[in-house]
Amino acid sequence: MLENAFVGTRRYFTLLAVLATLSAVGFLVYLKQLTFGLGITGMSRDVSWGFYIAQFTYLVGVAASAVMVVLPYYLHDYKAFGRVTILGEFLAVAAVSMCLLFIIVDLGRPDRLLNVIKYPTPNSVLFWDMIVLNGYLFLNIVCGWLVLEAERNQVPPPKWLKPLILLSIPWAPSIHTVTAFLYAGLPGRGYWLTAIMAPRFLSSAFASGPALLILLALLVRRYTKFDPGREQIQTLAKIVTYAILVNVFFFFCELFTVFYSRIPEHMDHFYYLFYGLQGKGWLVPWMWFSIVGMCIAALLMVSPRIRQNETTLALTCGLIVITTYIDKGLGLISGGFVPNPLHQVNEYIPTLPEIVITLGVWATGFLILTILYKVAVSVKEEIRA
Amino acid sequence: MGINRRDFLKLAGLLGLGGKAAFELVLPGEVEAAVAKTEAAGTRWALVVDMRKLTDKVAARCIEACHTLHNVPNFQEPPDPKLALSEDLKNRWQIKWIWTDIYEHAFVGFEQDHKWEKLQGMNFLLLCNHCDNPPCVRVCPTKATYRRPDGIVMMDMHRCIGCRFCMAGCPYAARSFNWRDPRPYIARINPDYPTREIGVVEKCLLCEERLALGQQPACVEASGGALIFGNLNDAGSPVRAALRAHYTIRRKPHLGTNPQVYYIV
Repeated sequence: MLENAFVGTRRYFTLLAVLATLSAVGFLVYLKQLTFGLGITGMSRDVSWGFYIAQFTYLVGVAASAVMVVLPYYLHDYKAFGRVTILGEFLAVAAVSMCLLFIIVDLGRPDRLLNVIKYPTPNSVLFWDMIVLNGYLFLNIVCGWLVLEAERNQVPPPKWLKPLILLSIPWAPSIHTVTAFLYAGLPGRGYWLTAIMAPRFLSSAFASGPALLILLALLVRRYTKFDPGREQIQTLAKIVTYAILVNVFFFFCELFTVFYSRIPEHMDHFYYLFYGLQGKGWLVPWMWFSIVGMCIAALLMVSPRIRQNETTLALTCGLIVITTYIDKGLGLISGGFVPNPLHQVNEYIPTLPEIVITLGVWATGFLILTILYKVAVSVKEEIRA
Repeated sequence: MGINRRDFLKLAGLLGLGGKAAFELVLPGEVEAAVAKTEAAGTRWALVVDMRKLTDKVAARCIEACHTLHNVPNFQEPPDPKLALSEDLKNRWQIKWIWTDIYEHAFVGFEQDHKWEKLQGMNFLLLCNHCDNPPCVRVCPTKATYRRPDGIVMMDMHRCIGCRFCMAGCPYAARSFNWRDPRPYIARINPDYPTREIGVVEKCLLCEERLALGQQPACVEASGGALIFGNLNDAGSPVRAALRAHYTIRRKPHLGTNPQVYYIV
C-alpha cells in the first residue's frame, strides 16, 4: 500500500517538497534552540509555557476528534461513515505526531526525554499523557492501516482488530481529558483551576476537529477522484453544530462562576485576556474575535440553509477552526500564566525563531498527513475503478 | 464491617502504582501525609522571617549571600558590560532563589484594608516555601524534584528534563529556568558549588549542602537575626520559640500546600 505514496501527480510532489522545505527550515532553527537554549523563544520565568505547548493542546483535540467518525460507524453501524473513518484516523495520526514533536521541542533537555520512562512517576499527569498519546498513536496507525488494507484486498479486516478499534473509542476522549488535567489541577492558577476544563476541551475539540475534517474532505473531493460524500459531510456538519453550541455554553458557564463569585484570582485572568490588565493586553482583540466569531459560527451552523450549502459550510467551518485555535492556541496558555502568582503582568509574545520552529512542526505533521491521505485516496480510487 | 484508613492505604499499596496514582488524583498528598506520620519524630526544617528586623539592606545581604554562594547568574548587571541585556530579556531570563517583593504581591489573596497601611509596599523576603504538600513534586514526571524526609524540596538537576511543569505548579513563583547558558553572567564562580546547564529548572534548596556540615543556611547567617531557622519538630528550637511568641502569616495557606516559611509582621 505504501507504494502509493511514491507515485502521484506533479502537484502532489510539489506539495511534499514545500512541506519538506518548511520542515527543514524549522529543524535548522531548532538546532539553534538546542545550542542556545529556549531563550530564543518569548517564554519567561513568568510565562514558562508558550506557543509550543499551546499547539500541542490544540492538536490533541484535533486528534481526539477522530472518534467522531469512528464511533458512529462502529458503535451505531452508521454505514455512510465507512468512507471517511480512514480520513479521521489518519488525521489523528498526523495530529498526535505533531503533539509529540511539540512536546519534544518544548523540553529544556530533550536528550533526557527517556527519563520519563526510566523513572516512571504515576502522580504526574505528564506521565499519563505520555502513555495515552503514544497509545492513541499506535491504535490509530494499526486500526487505520489494517482496515484500509483489508478494504483494498476486499476482505473483512482481521477479527482481532475489532477490540482495538473499540478500545480506540474511549481512548480518544481520554487523551484530551488527560491533557486538560495537566492544567486543571494546579492550585495557584485560577484560570485553569476549573472542573469544566476537560469538558470544554472536548467540546472545542469535537467542533474544531470535524470542522477541519470537513475542509479536508472538500479538498480531497476537489483534487482527487475520491468523493468522501455529501451525506458524510452533512453528518459531520451536524456534529460540529452540536459541539460548537456546547462549547459556547460551557464558556458562559465558566464566565458565570468566575464573575458571579467575584474571586479575584479567577477573574483577573479573564480581565487580562478580554480587557487588559495593568495597561497590558495584546491578546484583547484576538480574544474578542475568538469568542464573538465562535458565537456567530455557532448560530450560522444552526441554520440548515447555511449548513447545507457547501460553500457557506466551508467558510463557517474555517471560522470555527480559527476561533477555537485562538481560544486554545493563544488564550489558554498566556491567560493561565498572566497575571503571575504574584499578580504581576509580564506578557508573552512568541518570537520569530519560535514561530519558525512551530511552522516546521506543522509542516512535518502535514507532510505525514499528505502522505497518509495519498495512500488512502489511492486505495479508494483503486477500489472504485 | 468497615475498613479503616490504614487498611485502605495498604490495599492501595497492593494495587500497585496504578492504585497509588488513582488515589493521588482523588486525594493528592494524602498518601504521603499518612506515611509521613512515622517521620514526625525526625527533623522538619522551617524558616521564620522577622519582618520587624528585615530592612531592605538586610534583605539585600541575604540575597547576595545566597546568590554568590550558589552561582546564581545576574542578568540585571552582568559582570562584563558587553553582555548587557535589554530590559525585556533581563526580566524574562531572571533566575532568583531568594528575592524581595511588596506585600501586595507576596500575599495575593490576603489583602487587608487601609488600616493595615503599614504593610502596603513593605518588602518581604521570598523564597521556596518547602511546602509539606508541594504541588511541584506532585507534577514532576521524573521525580527530579522531590521532598526529603526533613521537608526540603530538592532538585536533581541531572535528572530534570526541563518540561517546566513544576514552574506551572508552584503557586509562589519560586522556580527559575535556565533559558540560556548562565555561566557568562556569574561574576565569580564558586568552585565549591555546581553551576547549571541550559534547560533545567532551579530554586532554593535551603542550603542542604551547608546543613550537611552542621551550618545554617547562608541567608540566615547573613540576616543578623532577621531570619530564624530550625527544626519544627523540636519544641526547644528557635523557630518553635518564635512561632509560640508571635503571630505569623504564611503565603497562600488556603491552597493546602502547607508552606514552611513563616513571617512575623
